[in-house]
Amino acid sequence: MSDAPMKPSEGLIFEHSKTGRRGYQLPTLDVPEENLDDLIPHAQRRDTIEGEVEVSEVDVIRHFTRLSKLNVSIDAGLYPLGSCTMKHNPRINEEIARTPGFALSHPMQPDHQVQGNLELLWHLEQTLREIFGMPRVTLQPVAGAHGELTGILMIHKALSKSGNARKYILIPDSAHGTNPASAAFAGYEVKELKSNSRGTLDRSTLADAVTEDVAALMITVPNTLGVFENEIKSFAEILHAKGAYLYCDGANLNSFVGIARPGDMGIDVIHSNLHKTFSTPHGGGGPGAGPVGVSEKLVPFVPTPTVEKSHDGHYYLDYNHEDSIGRMRAFHGNFGVLVRALTYMRSMGPDGLRRIAQLAVLNANYIRARLKGTYHLPYDAPSLHEVVFSDKNQTPRDVHTLDIAKRLMDYGFHPPTIYFPLIVSGALMIEPTESEPKEELDAFCEAMINIAHECNERPELVRSAPHTTPVRRLDEARAARNPILRWRR
Amino acid sequence: MNLPDPLKSVHRYIPNAEADVQEMLGVIGIDSVDRLFDSIPNDVKLKSLLDIPGPWSEIETRRWFRALAAKNKSGADHVSFLGGGAYSHYQPACVDQLLLRAEFLTSYTPYQPEVSQGTLQAIFEYQTHQSMLTGLDVANASLYDGSTALCEAVLLAERLVKNKHRVVVARSVHPQYIETLRTYVQNLGIDIVEVGWGHDGRIDTAALREACNDEVFAVAVQSPNFLGVVEDYDAISAATGNITKIAVVAEATSLGILAPPGAHGFDICVGEGQAWGIPTSFGGPYVGFMVVRDALKRHMPGRLVGETVDVDGRRAYVLTLATREQHIRRGKATSNICTNQALFALAANIYLSLLGKEGLREVATQCLQKTAYLRKKLSAISSVVLPYSAPVYNEFVVRTSHPAKEILADLEHEKILGGIPIDTNDFLVAVTELHTKENLDHYASALSAAISRERR
Repeated sequence: MSDAPMKPSEGLIFEHSKTGRRGYQLPTLDVPEENLDDLIPHAQRRDTIEGEVEVSEVDVIRHFTRLSKLNVSIDAGLYPLGSCTMKHNPRINEEIARTPGFALSHPMQPDHQVQGNLELLWHLEQTLREIFGMPRVTLQPVAGAHGELTGILMIHKALSKSGNARKYILIPDSAHGTNPASAAFAGYEVKELKSNSRGTLDRSTLADAVTEDVAALMITVPNTLGVFENEIKSFAEILHAKGAYLYCDGANLNSFVGIARPGDMGIDVIHSNLHKTFSTPHGGGGPGAGPVGVSEKLVPFVPTPTVEKSHDGHYYLDYNHEDSIGRMRAFHGNFGVLVRALTYMRSMGPDGLRRIAQLAVLNANYIRARLKGTYHLPYDAPSLHEVVFSDKNQTPRDVHTLDIAKRLMDYGFHPPTIYFPLIVSGALMIEPTESEPKEELDAFCEAMINIAHECNERPELVRSAPHTTPVRRLDEARAARNPILRWRR
Repeated sequence: MNLPDPLKSVHRYIPNAEADVQEMLGVIGIDSVDRLFDSIPNDVKLKSLLDIPGPWSEIETRRWFRALAAKNKSGADHVSFLGGGAYSHYQPACVDQLLLRAEFLTSYTPYQPEVSQGTLQAIFEYQTHQSMLTGLDVANASLYDGSTALCEAVLLAERLVKNKHRVVVARSVHPQYIETLRTYVQNLGIDIVEVGWGHDGRIDTAALREACNDEVFAVAVQSPNFLGVVEDYDAISAATGNITKIAVVAEATSLGILAPPGAHGFDICVGEGQAWGIPTSFGGPYVGFMVVRDALKRHMPGRLVGETVDVDGRRAYVLTLATREQHIRRGKATSNICTNQALFALAANIYLSLLGKEGLREVATQCLQKTAYLRKKLSAISSVVLPYSAPVYNEFVVRTSHPAKEILADLEHEKILGGIPIDTNDFLVAVTELHTKENLDHYASALSAAISRERR
């Protein structure tokens, strides 16, 4: 062990606590005070919250400001987590979501009091319908995985309605882990399909797998290698011929928004992560939103309530869908996230949305062109918004993807997604998004090239990275073996 | 073709313009942006731009959205007494200011702990607050909201026992939570049995005892329940034997004064953290919480942050017990959830830290006292009945001899959002520390006047 200081860089808020400090003030109680025992019996009350803190506002602001400085963020520079679409988060979105008329509206208000909210949701659905090329979109799901569950439940209900819910969901081996998990929670078993040498799915693989027991194929387009499934239309035909559905994980919509539409590809269901393509902030891991678009056959099954517009221009919540799968969440989804996403869609307009895809794909291909040769490209097929390299060129020096990722931190960059997709050994999955200027991409590529040199010349430097972060190489095995999941005095 | 030249268009959120694009195309070795999309078949490519409005400047955007917001009636221009799972509490100014710090707002899941200690430590602190408040051992990093947290709790409880597929749920759990639960379990062979409430508004313990037979794997009750009534955890525990007990808390500030479920025989507490100062915002985003007994921690859905040390021996925080999760376990994971609600878990952490030991109690006490005051005022109005006699926290049912919707429409004329209709003549009224005595007096007189008007 080195002689690094044992003191953590910032203590826990509980460790800042001192008896008698206050971080708040309420108005003096202005109603006559009753004896508490007359309101709630003592046995049903608590006398104290054991361990809770006593800190001032200054303590709180300093503590959280110091904590914030231990994070890197997209506002500070490139954050190329593949599949996460870490793009710029416009601040007008934050301002609009905080407009008091929106922020102080309540989910249980009657329709006539919330016409502004309902109109907004109606416009958002119309806009997403146009983007997806689909007849109906539910705004209720609050995350990508939540959208997946919603979509698969709709497929289940539709099939049940026609007599047989079937048994399996087909999922390629390159898929996100949420896909099989969502299929399982919707009541299905998963059959995994092998990708071909391009990293995509072969028509024949699909055709062989689609039996009368298959409910749907769940596929990410473009896939997690960034490669477009160029046979997608024939996938739809194969599935539809057997009465099965085509589910598209829209995590990678950023690469083709405004260029092509899922509805035109024969896709029956797509979820879109608004925190990816539509710029709502990731917030350290949520909140997000995962609206789901459906084809005509699935319209009767969307969650309730839906937002409708009457002939006289009044907006209302419609609970009257007898075949609906039901409600996916209390209230109306992550409304504040939906407000931000519509703000962004309006700020971009049709040309802007198309330009997102164009520049995101340009940026990714620029990185690909600059790093190809230095890093091994396991799949050579043309890729869209992200590029997946591997550590194959570096492993002979006993330097691995994790080391390269950690070393990037010393150059001031957040690492790419690593060890995913699972079909690539030692994957480095890089997604720059359209937000990055060329000079940032160049700095990143130069860092990656330097690291490759270091792997040859000073491999130990890379293996022991990072060297400049507040903490380095955490003992994850220890965390799992003897879990400490809260602070105790 | 009716498509703009990608070299010429410019947008304020997209830095690279013509010169950069030309140079980059040169490095890639292609002559046009369109070539980048050769892998997408032509027959699915759009031949024209999407038919949507924009692009708008900030000035236009602000104008349009503000006009929409102005079409709402809300807590911005009315005095709101609405609760039912979303409560208007005070959010100290520094909470939102801290949430807007880019390092929290624009970062993502802390996959790389060396550059995410801020988020990781904040979640660890959030987990600690949840554990202290509920009297249970282990909290996860948060779930979507209260309703989906209930679903996850039921699924967790089912995994604990073999061959039991029935859950008993109090009918006084938020009705939208029960609806969500029905959606979640529809294909999983789980049977939901509801147990109603007695004349005082608490769960009917005799019916509960009867419902909890050998086929039942869990029981879920909400306290304060949807009628605002505080349940008696000890009585429920006694009536349900060793079945897994799930407490639902939809009004989180109540934990400042009510007995923690973990100290009264409950195994799992789930709930909605919105009441910790998060704006009602038409229902979201909020933050769902889940806290369990230590023995259940490896069955938990969602992310968990744990303490460890780094290579230099420094204390540090990391995502842990990940083998429960979908990215490792895929179809066999404890949940399909991937994210948490990190930013709003942070909001809860900051709120709970600021208010602290004393403040959480004081907020809860003020809610309780002000509610008691309004109840007293209303019960003095002839033809107003408060039908449930059991103790309440900050919400209660009001019954008049007139249709609730008409009474509430009358109150709306007085700039009062007066309650949530739950039955023909019944509505729910919620009170918080934000209400002044004057607000409460005005409510009572406006209600009295509305009743007189209806009577005419």
